[in-house]
Amino acid sequence: MLKILVYIHAPAGTPTKGQRELLALAGRLGEARAVLGAEADEAALAGLSAAGATGFYAAAGGLDASALLTPAVSLLTGAVRDFGADAVLLPNGIEGREVAARAAVRLDAAVITDAIDVQTDLTVTKPVLAGSHTVKAQGTRVPVLITLKPNSVEVPEPNAGTGEAAPLRELEIEATAPAARITSSAARTDTGRPELSSARFVVAGGRGVEGDFTPVEDLADALGAAVGASRVATDAGWIEHSAQVGQTGATISPQLYISAGISGAIQQKAGMQGAKCIVAINKDPDAPVFEIADLGIIGDLATVLPQAAAEIRRRKG
Amino acid sequence: MSQNIGTPLNILVLVKHVPDVQFERRLAGPESRLDRADSVLSELDEYAIEAALALSESRGGEKAGNTVTALTMGPEAAVNAVKKSLQMGATSGVHICDPALAGSDAGATSLVLATAIKSLDFDIVVTGMASTDAETSLVPAQLAERLGIAQLSNLSAVELASSSRTVTAVREDDAGSHRLEAELPVLIAVTDQANEPRYPNFRGILGAKKKKITTLTLDELGLAASQVGAAGSATRVLASEERPARTAGEVITDSGQGGIALVDFLADAKLI
Repeated sequence: MLKILVYIHAPAGTPTKGQRELLALAGRLGEARAVLGAEADEAALAGLSAAGATGFYAAAGGLDASALLTPAVSLLTGAVRDFGADAVLLPNGIEGREVAARAAVRLDAAVITDAIDVQTDLTVTKPVLAGSHTVKAQGTRVPVLITLKPNSVEVPEPNAGTGEAAPLRELEIEATAPAARITSSAARTDTGRPELSSARFVVAGGRGVEGDFTPVEDLADALGAAVGASRVATDAGWIEHSAQVGQTGATISPQLYISAGISGAIQQKAGMQGAKCIVAINKDPDAPVFEIADLGIIGDLATVLPQAAAEIRRRKG
Repeated sequence: MSQNIGTPLNILVLVKHVPDVQFERRLAGPESRLDRADSVLSELDEYAIEAALALSESRGGEKAGNTVTALTMGPEAAVNAVKKSLQMGATSGVHICDPALAGSDAGATSLVLATAIKSLDFDIVVTGMASTDAETSLVPAQLAERLGIAQLSNLSAVELASSSRTVTAVREDDAGSHRLEAELPVLIAVTDQANEPRYPNFRGILGAKKKKITTLTLDELGLAASQVGAAGSATRVLASEERPARTAGEVITDSGQGGIALVDFLADAKLI
């Protein structure tokens, strides 16, 4: 049976959807143990155990949270050696990639980012070139570190579990490499909306919103969707940069992507290619976005979006 | 009185020559390698060059002995990424060019770059947040690991006070925003929010022709062909396919009921 480590960057009271996906995939591939990138209480450990973790690795004496990433890299490399891991699954976000990148150098291992599927022979499927192609790739050395995109794995209903946590093993950490010091941190402001990179539904606005994101946000809230934006909109300061979708922003793969006032230039298409269903609203009948939309509406987003939002609320009662 | 601006800095900026994202890009051949015709300087590297030049200028620039060296690895045409960096204001360039390098993954690439960087004097290595072709963002973190220096990455702002050896920066990651600091030498990776890259002006374009570009081969770096390219990579691509082209669905013109039609469509698709 393969030995699979899952890197849990930030354990929480209840495991996040992304963490449950990592553990579900690991459990499908073999024996799943979790590496704790930060302190986890009993509830967190029980939650991760119910989601599939059969064991835990933590740092003896805790990880130095003021040093950027390198303590977590040391813990992970220690856990790979202790467990004899064949593969490590990590989240595909910024921290997950960086931890994977550094650990791969220390372990002389393979690293593959942006995975959407992993087979039992550890063949990884990933989109490349902004989603225009899909490749299958493998590591030629063991272990292979794989960062998994959100919404890639079917997550079973969490089993009721015994409410008990799987055993935890504390590792002494090797001396860590020079690191930047974190002198202060500010959590992202909670908009109350789903996170863009893992949202099922996304409503995105572009040049056509002409500075006013209210209709986009209103429809997003009626649908329970995340808000996205084209680069034109974020560069203009109409909405925060973290909302950007496309070549230099988030590449996303939601069930539904509603594009409002985005013309669909090649870089903008790049961000939405992965969506299962695309609806486009644009005033310009020649907008390239209509070439890839499952439903196109030639019209003014300032009237179409509020009407749709009101209709959704009416039907929901 | 001379202004106390500290000892001069040697800054290395890493640049990559990538297929233009404005055009269709293709994978070709049995190893699914990227077709590198129609390549340009990776747009995200322009922010790295700007950050490098700004750091140099904050200490008095070239006149005060600061240097900005543009470093690339790639086939012959990749030298154009270095030339563009020189036009923007870099002092000199280094091009690692060897046929054996083709097919290197991030790990092999970071090995080659780290080997070259160790042979050069540097205080700061600057990179962009990702290349616009492979899009893995692995190389900056791997370089910091191989060089044994602090990594300050995904930065939306970076500063180095005059006469100071402490870099301060703002990092944006999935958890939020963080203030960072570290002593030189450091690796910094900047995002497209960090600055507004300058355009090369006429003087810059003329002046670039006189600037020196050094070419390095694997032999000169003391690396064997087996450590790089497909042979030295820990990953291999087994197969690739183009995503089937999306086709246009129904397009309607809003005549007052467009929002209702949208909701009907979502209900039919069982999305709501």
